Amino acid sequence: MSKKRKKINYNKWGYYFVAPFVLVYVIFSLIPLLSTFYYSFFEYYYAQGGFVQVGPNFIGFGNYVKLFSQGLFMKYLGNTIILWLISFIPQIIISLLMALWFTSFRLKLKGTTFFKTIMYMPNLVMAAAFSMLFVQLFSNTGGLTTLLMDMGIIPETFSFVDKVWPTRFLIAAMNFLMWFGNTTILLMAGIMGIDDTLIESASVDGANSRQTFTKITLPLLKPILLFVLVTSLVGGVQLYDIPYVFTKGTGGPNGSSQTVMMYISGLLRTSKQYDMAGTASVILFLFTTVISIFFFLVMNRDEIDDYKEERRIKKEMKK
Amino acid sequence: MNKSAVLKKMSLVDKLPLYFLRFFIYLILIIFSGIIIFLFYTLFVNASRPHIDISKGFSILPGKFFGRNFMKIITQENLFVLEGIINSLFIGLVSATLTTYFSALTAYAIHLYQFKGRRFIHLAILAVMMIPSQIAGIGLVTILYSIGFVNNYWVIIIPAIASPATFFYMKQYIQSVLPYEIIEAARVDGSSEFRTFNQLVLPIIRPALSVQFIFAFVASWNNLFIPSLIIQDGKKRTLPIIIAQLGVSDPKNFDQGARFMLMFLAIIPTVIIYLIFSKYIIKGTTAGSVKG
Repeated sequence: MSKKRKKINYNKWGYYFVAPFVLVYVIFSLIPLLSTFYYSFFEYYYAQGGFVQVGPNFIGFGNYVKLFSQGLFMKYLGNTIILWLISFIPQIIISLLMALWFTSFRLKLKGTTFFKTIMYMPNLVMAAAFSMLFVQLFSNTGGLTTLLMDMGIIPETFSFVDKVWPTRFLIAAMNFLMWFGNTTILLMAGIMGIDDTLIESASVDGANSRQTFTKITLPLLKPILLFVLVTSLVGGVQLYDIPYVFTKGTGGPNGSSQTVMMYISGLLRTSKQYDMAGTASVILFLFTTVISIFFFLVMNRDEIDDYKEERRIKKEMKK
Repeated sequence: MNKSAVLKKMSLVDKLPLYFLRFFIYLILIIFSGIIIFLFYTLFVNASRPHIDISKGFSILPGKFFGRNFMKIITQENLFVLEGIINSLFIGLVSATLTTYFSALTAYAIHLYQFKGRRFIHLAILAVMMIPSQIAGIGLVTILYSIGFVNNYWVIIIPAIASPATFFYMKQYIQSVLPYEIIEAARVDGSSEFRTFNQLVLPIIRPALSVQFIFAFVASWNNLFIPSLIIQDGKKRTLPIIIAQLGVSDPKNFDQGARFMLMFLAIIPTVIIYLIFSKYIIKGTTAGSVKG
């Protein structure tokens, strides 16, 4: 009796249980993604105010040629990368410092829970509303602009929203405020995962703080730094809500803060150029994939070299 | 003799007196926290002040217009804020439920059953985790546009069933807490596999479910890009879409107090949820990244 029961095969339930997830992913993500690739080789848009459908007609790499020769896409991709860089570089520095401070046994800071709680908070806030708040504060008649003018910190002619770099700086600042707490907590988890005895024995051997940091903490933090870098970049190229609301959909002075996602959304919604929108998103997709792989290879260079060396030795042994 | 040798090796950070270092660090921490607290406090204070007062400058104390600003933004013509809140709540609650339930179900299946293709599905889900969801969404929107299927919530909600990141978290959690003996005991007692999952496994993994539910709800509540492409009809808009559309309009033509009240309504629910569950949320943040 008991032997018979053991023979019941439960494994078919595995299929039933994963089916909804897999089906939904295939229908709502995979097929649309593949169709975007496929239709990027077709001419497909609406002309004459959106009433006349053109295509789909196969045109090979025509859309790609058009996208790059127009120059708009490259400009917006450049903007997106600039916005990401000026928010990410300070973010990784500040977050790394804070993570080190919060975990330091020597400093023994008080109230770290309070600081962590406050700094993580903007991460959960609606980006569109957060951006609207900044519009209220930094527009030409905004509260902070007038306050700073009255205090004489900025000249009367200054504008945060009509000039290229102040606009970019504020967009990056919002992005920074929304993400530095999150990054700090991720890095803290990484630092706390490092074996204490390693650091202790290093300091017994006479290593100073800087040496312990560069020779022990930083190399061991590599995986988590890679994770932060890649997720931030993948999020960064999709930047939309903050610049859209902050520039009132215009992309800022001379389109200097127009991101790729804002461009794609305009192509889809306003001018109905589905082919160009699809092509732009394919490039964005390839861009993030290539960079993810590139960073992976760079960060694990030593391991890859070791692996190559190992294979070389094995080959020679065989000979 | 030994001491001086150690002293020579010290770096600049080590040489600074500890109280000086602490003072400097506290100063930086207070500046950053101060900026954040200032932003949220201003939001709250200005949401309770009339238009004229706000344009005069900042105030430390809240005003008396909280109720009036609230009524003004809720009853504002053609903005449909009340509908927006209900829509956002509905989409958020349903998507979060679907995300957590089906991610847990999938993770449980991958963990427990040795079916053919299990490893492949597991790897495939991990691989697609890095695919930017919004970029995949653009393809979906194009398909919906070409068949003329817009203004429908379900095309926003249903995709929530497949959330690779939530799956990853659930898989880690189930691996660490779920003893196989319990499932075997349930089988001996004649419980069906589906019932075992719903009545036995779900209560065990409740902590993970609640954290992921909060994350999924907050993500849905704040989501702008794809919903703004799919929903165009006024009364069907969600809160972020309303904010984006009002944000695009000229601020001079709109009551400032009511504007702050709208931002307040959009931001405060997530802040309250966060302050109650911050301990678990902060823990949940790190769980997804430290791969076991």
